Amino acid sequence: MPILLSPQMMRQVIMDHYDNPQYKKTPENPGNFEKVHMHSSNCIDDINVYALVEDGVVKEAYWDGVACTISTSSTDIMCGLVIGKSWDDAKYIIDQYHKMIHEEEYDESVLDEAIVFMNTSKQAARIKCASIGWDAMDEIICKHKHEK
Amino acid sequence: MLDPYKIRKDFPMFTNKIKMQGHDLIFLDNASTTYKPQCVIDAMNEYNTRVTSNSGRGDYDTMYANDQMLLEARTNIAKFINADPNEIVFTSGDTEALNLVAFGYFKSHLKVGDEILITFAEHASNTLPWFRLQKEIGCKVNFIPLTKEGRLTVENVEQSITSKTKVIAVANTTNVLGFHTDMKAICELAHKNGILVVCDGAQSVPHEKTDVKENSVDFLAFSGHKMFGPTGIGVLYGKKELLKETEPLIYGGGMNETFEMDGEYVLHPVPAKLEAGTHNIEGIYGLNAAVKYIQNIGIDNIREYEKELRKYAIEKMKEVKDIIIYNENAEAGIISFNIKGVFAQDLATLLNSKGIACRSGNHCAKNLKYQINEIATVRASFAIYNTKEDIDALVEALKQGGNFLDAYFA
Repeated sequence: MPILLSPQMMRQVIMDHYDNPQYKKTPENPGNFEKVHMHSSNCIDDINVYALVEDGVVKEAYWDGVACTISTSSTDIMCGLVIGKSWDDAKYIIDQYHKMIHEEEYDESVLDEAIVFMNTSKQAARIKCASIGWDAMDEIICKHKHEK
Repeated sequence: MLDPYKIRKDFPMFTNKIKMQGHDLIFLDNASTTYKPQCVIDAMNEYNTRVTSNSGRGDYDTMYANDQMLLEARTNIAKFINADPNEIVFTSGDTEALNLVAFGYFKSHLKVGDEILITFAEHASNTLPWFRLQKEIGCKVNFIPLTKEGRLTVENVEQSITSKTKVIAVANTTNVLGFHTDMKAICELAHKNGILVVCDGAQSVPHEKTDVKENSVDFLAFSGHKMFGPTGIGVLYGKKELLKETEPLIYGGGMNETFEMDGEYVLHPVPAKLEAGTHNIEGIYGLNAAVKYIQNIGIDNIREYEKELRKYAIEKMKEVKDIIIYNENAEAGIISFNIKGVFAQDLATLLNSKGIACRSGNHCAKNLKYQINEIATVRASFAIYNTKEDIDALVEALKQGGNFLDAYFA
């Protein structure tokens, strides 16, 4: 991932994940997954985020439901980023993303494609859309860690 | 024809030259709420800076002055819809007013199996109270079919009425599609069949003449903030005999004559028995000023101007490639639309980036998806301070709809 992405490339990343989300599906065995439901009061977003955890590692992550372009794309990118990561690493990535969205200093080295949402604060009404899937995964991780 | 540029001088949101995303703010979300003219702000300040006191307990001069002012407001607001002052109940808004009708009146007047008729186009505030009643007392909520374009017709009402129908609760103007309903004809039909009619006037009272004696609705609800008044104040109109039979949802000061240790109490006559606690006094002052502002401009002039704006907007918007307009033939200054391939909120975000405030989503009418096969739309809604230039700016922005992610990267 180049450090500087052109606006055109950023658009393309968002549209690719919107048109062809890789992780948008309901797991065949949802009972094995941790699941969090999220509903936005100011957008149409109404999604479930699923994570399958084994030995402290996110083995699989999916999402399903109805979502706008920004939430579809950001949730899909999030799933791709946390798969294969330990809880702690996944949590670190999510924290960096939240910092970026809220214009705080962040470690962009772990965010990969997710940096395409770096300008979300320019459209503050969409922060919720850009975060909804990430918030769901954060909730799954926090709940899991708490239970441990 | 009224002059919107002259009208803008009355509104601090214009005279303060408020910007959004670096552009002069173009406010096209008037079905959601409206700007407040200086006279409304002044009226509220008058209460807070010159006559602050409680009401209805007048032992001293400012309180007396305040009571007189509240009476004047109630009388004037009643006149605005051709009601009697004692048929005006102040509420926190349209939502509370509709809840008061459902739970204060109908909860004790409906029984298991009775039917309530509403439509897919109703706002949550004219749907959920009835759903709740359905759960609580076992009555049944049925939906009157709309025409293909989303209009409520008297014929469809007639076909939906059964011997069990007891109430028809519909908006005079719907908030997403803006179709106008012939309340007078519906009331005539309903009353012939012993059915009461509840009218949600949130989108109609601010924009067109409302005469409760002429159309004969049994209850009418509306909000102040959609008609240049403050938030937190609204009105329930009810025919006197019906209000008398309406149970308060809230009990406390200002609504009782006596209460004794044995638990017995006597309530004030309406409307006081339905207005427990201290009134939203500054809100009432503000609403009264808003009503006077509308009266000065003339409600028919408002209607004419908004019709003209709508006609212009439809003509212009139809030039936009891939636009879908869901309510081309509606009456109100409300236009719901999408651009093919662009999600509604993404389009609203693009508009935001150009300084244009429009609403996207389902606009609290969550059942409407069954009517228009679309889960979300963008809605532009007009008021008297909107201009043809506002519409031109909207259309120009919409022409870039396909590049909606510009909002993030421009």
